[in-house]
Formats: sequence, structure tokens, C-alpha cells
Amino acid sequence: MNNIANQNPKKPFEYSRKWSMRLVFIVSMIFLYAPIIVLIVFSFNNSRRGGNVIWRGFTTDYYKKAFANEELMLAFANSITIAVSATIVSVFLGALTAIFLWRFRFPFKPLAEGLVSLPIVIPEICLGVSLAMFFSKMGLWTTGDTPWPLNLSNIILAHITFSFPFAAMVIRTRLQNFNREMEEAAKDLGASEYRVFRDILLPHMRPGLIAAALLSFTLSLDDFVITFFTSGPNTVTFPVKIYSMVRFSITPEINAASTLLIGLTLLLTYIALRYQRQMINKND
Amino acid sequence: MSLEDYRQQPKVFAAFALPTLVWLLLFFVTPLTIIWLYSFGENVSLVNIETTWTLDNYVRIFQPEIMVLLWRSLWIAGIATVICLAIAYPIALVIATAREDKKPWLLLLIMLPFWTNLLIRTYALLNILGTRGRLNQALEWLWGVANTAVNRIGLGGMQLLGENFTPLKMLGTPSGVIFGIVYVSLPFAILPIYSSLERLDRSYLEASLDLGAGQWKTFRYVLLPMTMTGVVTAAIITFIPALGQFITPDLLGRGQVDMIANVIERQFKRANDWPFGSALSLFLLYITFVLLAVRSFYDSRRSH
Repeated sequence: MNNIANQNPKKPFEYSRKWSMRLVFIVSMIFLYAPIIVLIVFSFNNSRRGGNVIWRGFTTDYYKKAFANEELMLAFANSITIAVSATIVSVFLGALTAIFLWRFRFPFKPLAEGLVSLPIVIPEICLGVSLAMFFSKMGLWTTGDTPWPLNLSNIILAHITFSFPFAAMVIRTRLQNFNREMEEAAKDLGASEYRVFRDILLPHMRPGLIAAALLSFTLSLDDFVITFFTSGPNTVTFPVKIYSMVRFSITPEINAASTLLIGLTLLLTYIALRYQRQMINKND
Repeated sequence: MSLEDYRQQPKVFAAFALPTLVWLLLFFVTPLTIIWLYSFGENVSLVNIETTWTLDNYVRIFQPEIMVLLWRSLWIAGIATVICLAIAYPIALVIATAREDKKPWLLLLIMLPFWTNLLIRTYALLNILGTRGRLNQALEWLWGVANTAVNRIGLGGMQLLGENFTPLKMLGTPSGVIFGIVYVSLPFAILPIYSSLERLDRSYLEASLDLGAGQWKTFRYVLLPMTMTGVVTAAIITFIPALGQFITPDLLGRGQVDMIANVIERQFKRANDWPFGSALSLFLLYITFVLLAVRSFYDSRRSH
């Protein structure tokens, strides 16, 4: 027995120390990151066409151009407006969903749970197509003369539909480790249902709510397929605008616009991580 | 902790449950019902569809042009899923066995591209995969190195690697689309495998090695079977979005490697054949349901 153990000097679960495994990991990371890094680097490339292969010197012109592009900036404003509105409703609806699924026993509960998770699992294109048909059938199709930001309401409704189940999932995970004895103690001491909710349950849920908000915001900001089907010619979002630019012709301006969106996502991730770390420190 | 019965506090229950249920009924169930009705309908005018309970739209799915597309979507998504799993498993192993303080950073490294916009990641690939793009530059360099090596050892006359480097054609070919799908869905595949590895009782591996099984045998007969649930979950959550991918075939396939979603899009945006588009969307949805049923069947069989 010892003999065999000696042939295997490494402990059984130390795969991360094997050079072959490390190589696979590093190559995969290059595979994941290289395209994005090339994209960012070439957003500073001083070349008008086909600017993604040959480096012709550093410039920030394409950022200036992107900022001066009114359609692109309107699309950006649309995206942020949609993301903020959809996030507020998603977190609210997600919290309600998480609480009723976590707290109560009721008939057809598996059915309700399935229904809530369904928007997460069904192919995006099915949701996009069905919502587009719904809006046109119900006469909720926004026309060209609907004032901003009301003309974005279809997209906002669509975004809430696919992001609140994610919010509910995150908040429910947080609720799993809530100590219900606290709630009972408060009730024994005469607190009403509402006070228990406001003073005990809500503060406990806070980190979950913030995580859910960041997730909903990112999901909304990033969505292309569902927005593509529910948007009209006057309600273009940032990803939809980038898509139409890519279809038209490939310019470094698209790289610059993409880099801005990547930067925004990184910023949100950073905030989320910082916040999470603060919470961990507090709990210690 | 026991759950409360909803009858104890019906008003509180209703206050929490109703908004969600009404929302889902209005903006999820109703839209799906509409396309379900459309899928049995016919165009009576440009925008009016009458539900005549015809099965024509479903029959049309089985015409050869569409079957070719469905079949292509299935195998492209299938190959992409298999490649994803093959890459994801070692990555998940490395993360699961890394030092505790490094784990969150390694996970972040995986998740960061996943949070980056899907369209932008695909666009980034578009710049890499061209015949004169970076991937081919890298391959040409590798070819040069290999060719020099072959010449050095005196086999130059045989021209083992061909006379010149031939660039790989990725854009507009299935391999480009598969590359793109693997690229965008790799993080999906890693996380479930990682979490099943984390839950694993490692003493089984020690036992297997102590009893004389080699690394490969331990992997094949102990590690893999014990993390199979994670692998199956990873496979399904990679395969479902891959099957319905729209952007990747659209941008990297250049109209030559259309998948189901591209045909659906065309019915709604250009061909204006909503009934057929609806039938195709529902067909895709039914495939999804079958896959989810397979997974829950698999889960329940394992837990008994």
C-alpha cells in the first residue's frame, strides 16, 4: 500500500498543482480574455477601416466620435433608463416572490415554483417573440409619437419579466439563513406583522436586495435578443444600436462603444464585490 | 424551520403572492398563449391572424429545408456542449482544489467575461476569427515554428505540413459558430461542475488511490460518477441556450450557418409569417421542456 502511495507523492485532490491542469486553465483564460483585450486595445487604434488587425498608432478620436454620435448616446440613455426602471420593479417583485415561496406552504406550490423559474430557463428567443406578439396584439405597440421615456415601457415590462425571477432566486438564498426565532421573539414581545417585516426581516434581506438589484441591472443592460424583438425604430437600446452598427460596417467606433459598456459592467461588478466584502466584515 | 400554512394568514399570503402571479399570468402566460394560438392560425391579411386550428405550420417544420436547419442546430449545440464540458471539467477541478484564499479570485476570473455583454463578446470574436485575424496569425506563427523544427530534423523535403500555411476559414462555417458558442457559454458549464466538486467527499478519492487505482481509474470510476449531477446540469444549461442562439450564427455564421433562432427571427422581422414563426418558437420550447424533464428524471433516479 505504502509503495503505491509513494508513487503518487501528490495528495489525491491537488489537481491545481499539476502543471498539465494549470496549462489547461491558463490556455482557457487566454481563450476567454484575449478577444476582449484585443477589442479594448484596438478601440484606441488610429485607423479608419479594418482597424482591428494592424496597429496604426494611439488615438482617442473614436471615443470622441462615439460621444458625439447622438443616436448612440440616445441609445445609451434609453438603456440606462430601462435598466433603472426594470431594476426597481424587479427587486420589489423578486422580494415578494422570494418571501411567499420561502414562508408559506400552499397547494400547487411546485407549480408556482416552476412557473417562477420558467422565464429563466426558456430560450430567450421564445420569450422575445411571444412578448412582441403580446404587445402588438394588445395594442400596446408604442408608436413613433409616444413621448420619451413612455415609449420605452414595452421594453421595461419585458425586462422585468425576465429579470425578476433571477432577483427572487438571489433574495431567497439570503432568506434561507434567516433565523425565524427572531421573528417569533419579536411577535411574543407584541410586535405587529408589519413591524416584524420592517424592523427584522427587511434589514436581514438588505444584502440580498442589493445583490438582486445589481444582477437585474446588469441583465437589463446586457440584454439583446428580447430587446431586439420588443423595441421599435425609435426605441433603440445600446446593445441593439451596437448590433445595427456591426451589421452596417465594422469601425473602431464600435470598439470604443463596446469598451464603454464593458467599463460600466466592470464598475458594477466592483461595487457588488466591495459591498459583499463589507457585509462579510460586518458579520465577523 | 417549518413553513406556515397559507390559511393561517390568507391576507398576508395574498399580498405577497398575488402581484407575482398576476405579473406572470399577464406578461408570461398570456404571451405564450398568444403564440400558441397563432401557431394554429393562418394569415388572413398582412397583420391579422385567424386561429383556424390548422396543423399546417407544424407540418411545415418537417419539410426538408427546415429539418436541415433543425438538425444543424442540434449538432452544433451538441458539439459545442461537449467541448464546453471537456474544457470546463479541468477548470472546475483546478478551482475546487486551489487554496481557499485564491478561490474567490479564480471564480471572479471565470465570471467576469460572463458578465460582459454577449453581443460584445461575439463582436470581439468577429475580429479574431477572420482569415487574416489574430487566430490565424497565431496559427501561422505556430506553423512556422513547427515547420522550422521539421526542417531541422531533416524531414524538410517531405513537406509534412504542406508547402504554405493555409488559413483556417472560421467565419461563415460551422466551426466558427461552434467556436463562438463555446466562447460565450463556457462559464455556464464551469459553475455547476465546480459546485458539485465542492460538495464532494474527498475521502473517497483517497480511498480509491490507497486501494491501488491510478489517477485515471480514480477519475473514471470515482470522481466522474460522483460529480455526474453537476455534469448533467452543466450540459443542459449549456445546451438549451446554445440551441436557441441567435447572435452567434448571425454574426459569425454570416448567413451561411443559420440555426433555428435565425429562421424564427426571419419569420417575424422579414417574411411576416407569424404563424409559422410561432410554431417554430413553440417547437424550440418543447425541446427545452423535454431536456428539463430528462434532467429531473435523472435527478430523481439518482436520489433513490
